[in-house]
Amino acid sequence: MAELMELNYTVSNEDFTRAGEASSDVKKKLKQLGVSPEAIRKVAIALYEGEINMIIHAYGGKIKVTISEEAITLILADKGPGIADVEKAMQAGYSTAPDKVRSLGFGAGMGLPNMKKNSDSMEIQTELGVGTTVTMVINI
Amino acid sequence: MTVNDIIEILDATPIAGKDRLDNEVKTACGSDMMSDVLAFAKTQCVLLTGLCNPQVIRTAEMMDIVAIIFVRGKTPDETMIKMADEMELPILTTNHRMFSSCGLLYEHGLTGGIIDG
Ligand SMILES: Nc1ncnc2c1ncn2[C@@H]1O[C@H](COP(=O)(O)OP(=O)(O)OP(=O)(O)O)[C@@H](O)[C@H]1O
Ligand SMILES: [Mg+2]
Repeated sequence: MAELMELNYTVSNEDFTRAGEASSDVKKKLKQLGVSPEAIRKVAIALYEGEINMIIHAYGGKIKVTISEEAITLILADKGPGIADVEKAMQAGYSTAPDKVRSLGFGAGMGLPNMKKNSDSMEIQTELGVGTTVTMVINI
Repeated sequence: MTVNDIIEILDATPIAGKDRLDNEVKTACGSDMMSDVLAFAKTQCVLLTGLCNPQVIRTAEMMDIVAIIFVRGKTPDETMIKMADEMELPILTTNHRMFSSCGLLYEHGLTGGIIDG
C-alpha cells in the first residue's frame, strides 16, 4: 500500500480550548487532497472524539495520520492511566468523566462507540498505568 | 429554509460568518452535550445549544454544521467569534430558550431528521 502522506501531532492537555486543533488540521489537509466528503466526515468525527478522549482521560498524547490511496489510518497514542475494561468502555453510555468534563459538553459515553461506527476497523491496545493506543482505519 | 429565515423566526442576531447567511438548512439538532451532537447530527443541520465554549465551534466544524444558534441570549467570546469567522460558520444568538427555539423552528417546517439506529 503506497503511502502518500504522513501527518504527526502532539496533543497537549493543558488548554482545553485548543482541543481539536489536530483534527481540524487533518480535515483541512484531506479536503486539499480531494478526499471524498463522506470519508472526510468519518475521519473528522473519529479523530476528534479520540483527540478529546486523550485530553480528558489521559494527559494528551500523539496522533499519527497516514494517508494511502486505499485508506486513512489514525493512530492515537497516550501515556495515560489505560482502560481497565475495554468491553465496558465500548458500551454506549459508559463514562468515567467527572462533572467538570460534563459541564464542558462531553462525557456522555458516546465517543468510543462513535469512533467504531465511523471507522472500517478499530483496535484498542491498553495497559493500566502505561497508556492507550487506538488505531482506526477508514477506507477511501 | 435558510439561515436568514431562522434569524427572522427566532428574532436572532448574527454575530459571525455573516457572508454565509443564505446557506440552506435541512435539519436541526438541539443539545448541550457535544458528545450527542457528534453521534447524531445530520448533514445540512443547524445546532441549537446553550453551551458556550470553543468546543461548540470545533464540533460544528467537524460535523459541517450549517450554523450555530446560541439560545437564552448566550454570547460567544472574541476567540470563538474569530474561529467561526475563519471557518465562515454563521453564529446566531437568540433570547428564546431552548424549548421555544426548537418549537418555533419545528412550527416553520424544520425537523430533526430520521432516526437511523
Ligand atoms: N485514552 C483513554 N485513556 C483512558 N481511558 C479512556 C480513554 N479513552 C476512553 N477511556 C475510558 O473509556 C470511557 C468511555 O469513553 P467514551 O469516549 O466512549 O466516553 P466519554 O469520553 O466518557 O464521553 P464522550 O465521548 O461521550 O464525551 C471513558 O469514560 C474512559 O473511562
Ligand atoms: Mg469520549
